[in-house]
Amino acid sequence: MGVLSLIIKREFISKVRNKSFIVMTFVSPIIFVAVAALIGYLSSMKTEVKHIGIHDESGMFVNEFKNTESYKYHDVSKIDPKLLKDSVSQANYEGVLFIPKKDNLKDYEKAIEYVSEDSPSLGFIASTESKLSEKLLRKNLSSQGVDTVLLDKSKIDVTMHLTKASGEETVKGLNEMKVAIGSVFGYLIMMFIIIYGNMVMRSVIEEKTSRIIEIIISSIKPIQLMMGKIIGTTLAGILQFVIWAIVGGILLVIANFVFGLNTSPTTEMAVEASKLADFQLYFAEFLKLPLASMLIYFLIYFIGGYFLYSSLYAAIGAAVDNETDTQQFMFPVIMPLMLGVYIGFFTVMNEPHGTVATIFSMIPFTSPIVMLMRIPFGVPFYEIALSIALLFATFIAIVWVASKIYRVGILMYGKKPTWKELIKWLKY
Amino acid sequence: MKPILQVNNVVKKYGEKTALNNVSLEVPQGSIFGLLGPNGAGKTSLIRIINQITFPDSGEVILNGEKLNPTHVKHIGYMPEERGLYKSMKVGEQALYLAQLKGISKDEAKKQLKYWFDKLEIGDWWNKKIQELSKGMAQKIQFVVTVLHQPKLLIFDEPFSGFDPVNANIIKDEILELKQKGSTIIFSTHRMESVEELCDEIALIHKSAKLLAGSLVDIKKQYRSNTFDLGINALNPNQLKDFLNAKYQIEDTFFKSLDNELKLAVKLNDKSANELLNDVLPFGQITHFAEKIPSINDIFIQTVTNN
Repeated sequence: MGVLSLIIKREFISKVRNKSFIVMTFVSPIIFVAVAALIGYLSSMKTEVKHIGIHDESGMFVNEFKNTESYKYHDVSKIDPKLLKDSVSQANYEGVLFIPKKDNLKDYEKAIEYVSEDSPSLGFIASTESKLSEKLLRKNLSSQGVDTVLLDKSKIDVTMHLTKASGEETVKGLNEMKVAIGSVFGYLIMMFIIIYGNMVMRSVIEEKTSRIIEIIISSIKPIQLMMGKIIGTTLAGILQFVIWAIVGGILLVIANFVFGLNTSPTTEMAVEASKLADFQLYFAEFLKLPLASMLIYFLIYFIGGYFLYSSLYAAIGAAVDNETDTQQFMFPVIMPLMLGVYIGFFTVMNEPHGTVATIFSMIPFTSPIVMLMRIPFGVPFYEIALSIALLFATFIAIVWVASKIYRVGILMYGKKPTWKELIKWLKY
Repeated sequence: MKPILQVNNVVKKYGEKTALNNVSLEVPQGSIFGLLGPNGAGKTSLIRIINQITFPDSGEVILNGEKLNPTHVKHIGYMPEERGLYKSMKVGEQALYLAQLKGISKDEAKKQLKYWFDKLEIGDWWNKKIQELSKGMAQKIQFVVTVLHQPKLLIFDEPFSGFDPVNANIIKDEILELKQKGSTIIFSTHRMESVEELCDEIALIHKSAKLLAGSLVDIKKQYRSNTFDLGINALNPNQLKDFLNAKYQIEDTFFKSLDNELKLAVKLNDKSANELLNDVLPFGQITHFAEKIPSINDIFIQTVTNN
C-alpha cells in the first residue's frame, strides 16, 4: 500500500471513530429538523388579535377599516379621548387612532394621531396611512366632480409576460431561483471549508502537541502527510455530509408526516406565487438549467477551493502550538470566504455579469463561491476557464507555500510565530 | 571497520543562524556512537539531516556507501528528543501504522511486533489506547516503534531524558543486545556522563562545529595526564607529603571513600605507577589507588577552553 493511502486511511478512520464526530454526525440533523419543526410550528400558530380603537370625529374614515385576522377595529368615536388614552395604557386597546374633524381635506396631512403603548409595526403604519390617504384622495376627487366608481372600473393591473430572445417562455422570480441554487452550492463550499478546514488544523495541532510528528516525518515527506491529512479529512467530511443529507431527509419526512407541519417555506412561496401552471413553469425552467455542467463545476470549484483553504488551515496548525494561538491567523482566512458569500448575495442577484461579480469570480479566494452563484445565469466559457485556471494555479502555489510553513512549523515548539517569521520560514 | 555512515562537510543554516558549520563525521559499522555536545550545539540539526527531515545547504551524507536517498528511511530507526505517540490510537494499530510508513509489510510488522511485545511482556496492551497507559508504559512502546522495522542504524536523541530509571535500564540492555546483533547505534546527548559507559566512539560538537572525534579509548588516552588518585591512612601525613613533593607533583583530590584517609592526586611525570606504590607503601595502609581517567565532560571543558 502506498504511503499516501496509508495516511489517508489513518486520518479517515481516526476522524470517523472520534466520539464527537459520531455525535455531531447523528445529532446535527436531529437539531436541524427540530429547529425547522419549531419554526414551522411557530409560524403556523395564530397570531394574537390586536384591538385598535378608532376615534373619528369626522365620521369619514371609520368605515374604511375592516377587521382582519390580526386586527379588530372598534369605533370609539363617542368616548372621551382622555379616557381612551388611559385605556391604551391599561392595555384595553393596542392603540387608538385619533382623527379630528377638519373642514379642509388638506389639513388632514398632519392632523391624524395614533396613540399606543408599544411602537406599531412598520406594516401597520404603512397600511393605515395608505387607507387614510386613499380615502382622502377619493373625497378630493369626488369633490372635484370625478366619479370614483368609474375610476375604480377603469383600473387595469398589468402583469408582464417574460420571454427570452430565443423565444422560450420564462417566469418571474427565476433569477431568485438561480441565485438560490448558486447560493446553496456556494454556501456548501463555505461551510465545508470552515468545518473541515478547522478539522485539518486541529489534527495538525494534535500531532504537534502529542509530539509524534517528528517520528512520522522521519519516515515520509511532510507534504505527503499534509495532503494525506487533507484528503482523509475530506473523505470523512463527505461521509458526514452524506449522512446528514440522508438522516436529515428522513427526519424531515417523518416530521412532516407526524406533525403535518409545513416545514418547507418554498412550497408556501410557490403557492403564493399562485397557480400550479406557474409552479410547473418553474420546474421546467429548473430542469432547463445546465444541471449536469453545474454539478461538474461545483465539483471542480469544490476541490480547488477546499484544497486551497485547507492547506492554509494546515499551515496555520503547523505554525502554532495550540488552538488559542490560531486566532491571529484565522481572520485573513475567514474574511475572503465571508466576502465571497456577501458579494454573491448582494451583487450577483442584481447584476450577475456586473464588474464586481465578474472580478470576484476570478479571484481564487472568492471564485469558488461567487462563480458558482453566477454559473446558473450563464457565464461565457472563457471566463469559467480563466477562473478555474487561476484557482488551480493559486491552489498549487498555496499548497507549496503551506507545505513550506508546515515543514518548518511542525518542528517548532514553544513560541507563537509572527507573520514575519512565517515569511522567513519560506526561505529555509 | 568500514563506516556505515559518513557525514561530509555538512553546512546547515536557518536564516542568519548557522546550525552546522562544515561538520564531517564517520560512524563505524556496529559501533555505539556518541554525538555529544551542550544544548544548541547542532546535534539535533545533524540528526534531522541524517533522517532526511531537513536537508543540508551543502555537503553530503553517505549511508552504506550510497548518497542519502528516500529508500534509506527504511534502514534508520529514529527516536527524537521531542517524542510522543497518537494518544487516542490503539497501541497495536499505531505500531503497525508507523512500521508500514517505514516501508515494511503489515505481516512482517505484525511478526516483529509480537516478538517485541513478548520480549518486553506487554502483549496485553495491544488494544489499549496510549492515553490509557502510564508514562513508563508509553516509553516502552516508543522504543518498540523505533526498532520495529529492524533498522541497521538506530538514532536516539537524548534517549534517557524522560525515561524512568527502570525503563532506561531495560532499554540500555536492549540496545546492547541490538548492537550484538549487528545494529549501529547513534546516541545524542548533552549529558555526557550518561552514555560514556556505552559508547565506543564519540564526536564532540560545540557551537555548530565538530571539536573532536574518535574512539573513546583513544581520546581518553590522548587526554590522560598520568595522574593517580591515592588514598592512604598515613601515620605521618606531613612527612609523606614532603617526600612525595620532592619526587612527584601532588595536589589535593577528592574521591568517595568510607575512611577518613589522606587523599592525594599524584602526577607521575616520568616515573611508573609501581615506583610510586613502592615509595608510599612504608608510610601506612593504602586504601585507594587508581588512575585518574579524564571524563568526557572534563575533556569537553578542556577542549572548549583551549579553543
